[in-house]
Amino acid sequence: MARDATLEVIRAAYRKLAKKHHPDLNPGDAKAEARFKRLSAAHQLLTDPVKRARFDSGEIDAEGAETPRPGFYRDHAEGPAGYRYAPEGEDEPDLGSMFGAMFGERRGRRNAGPRHGEDRRYSLTAPFLDAVNGASTRLTLPDGRTLDVRIPPATADGATLRLRGQGGAGGGRAGGEGGVPGDALIEITVAPHAFFRRDGADIRLDLPVTLAEAALGGLIDVPTPGGPVRMRVPAGSDSLTQLRLRGRGVPAHGQHAAGDLIATLRVTIGTPDPALIAFLQGFTPEHKMNPRQAMEATA
Amino acid sequence: MIGIELVIAEITGLTAPDLERWINNDWVRPQGPAGAYLFQDIDVARVRLICELRFDLRIDEETLPVVLMLLDQIYGLRRELRQQRSGALPPAPARA
Repeated sequence: MARDATLEVIRAAYRKLAKKHHPDLNPGDAKAEARFKRLSAAHQLLTDPVKRARFDSGEIDAEGAETPRPGFYRDHAEGPAGYRYAPEGEDEPDLGSMFGAMFGERRGRRNAGPRHGEDRRYSLTAPFLDAVNGASTRLTLPDGRTLDVRIPPATADGATLRLRGQGGAGGGRAGGEGGVPGDALIEITVAPHAFFRRDGADIRLDLPVTLAEAALGGLIDVPTPGGPVRMRVPAGSDSLTQLRLRGRGVPAHGQHAAGDLIATLRVTIGTPDPALIAFLQGFTPEHKMNPRQAMEATA
Repeated sequence: MIGIELVIAEITGLTAPDLERWINNDWVRPQGPAGAYLFQDIDVARVRLICELRFDLRIDEETLPVVLMLLDQIYGLRRELRQQRSGALPPAPARA
């Protein structure tokens, strides 16, 4: 562009390039955003007489005018929010069968008989124990419908439930009479639990115990997904000792046997009792122990 | 979620009559009733895009709906393609 280009020439050149490079018009081109930002910066700079004079005299470089720009439309449009602006009717009738044909008839049942309604996808965050034990819950869909969903026991994070016939209507505009409604696919996100963690079929748990319970052993109540269970802590247990409650993890389902509850003991002293302090002050162990021996050896 | 005054303040060159007309044309779909519109991030980004198409690229309001319709179809395709590829995403959120 000539040094003496008029404002109108600059604007016209900008429009021409912007039509080509605007990121929202090039959703698949990752570099379009950088190109467009350089373009906008140059445009801003050259159309501002003060900045342009400084640029022409070499005071600022071409980047000097770049202003931070909030996200583009394309950053939102392909995510769940984009459904708001989905084309007419939202069931995108041709796409499913088109992709079905492209991807090896994975959804081949669509092609048999009357047109099958679209499957609809939803996400649901389930409480940890509902996902482990199974539960029934009522969903409100974005379109206002409600749906009763049975979350089966031992549902894993990321699992998808299929509710037959609860998706888009079959037949209709493109398919004529007698279509079968599509399915609702519900992707489950399992919320974390305050103290249980899932490990396959097993449930892990950090279990605080007192010094006396660890040293002397005894019966304690342990929370499990199915409710509290009485467990014997062997005498001479320590922090990090793992105790296993057979069959108290994820409940049995289908062909799978129930998992175990694995409790990792955490000896918890809390605020020491004056008697304990007095005892420890006068206490000389028979076998002196250094718990940091391994660390000192490698340090 | 932000109200209409904030959207107008945030986007340079945008006036209230423009935005209200675009909403009436159904080019922008904020939530809530007229007079108490609420804009999500995607709505604001879309208003910004329409502004750029309209004022920077000088696409007139007769042509704009064609551009938006084609864009919506492209994004719909890309969303669908993504779903097919991932098998699950991006699902629409449901409430328990």
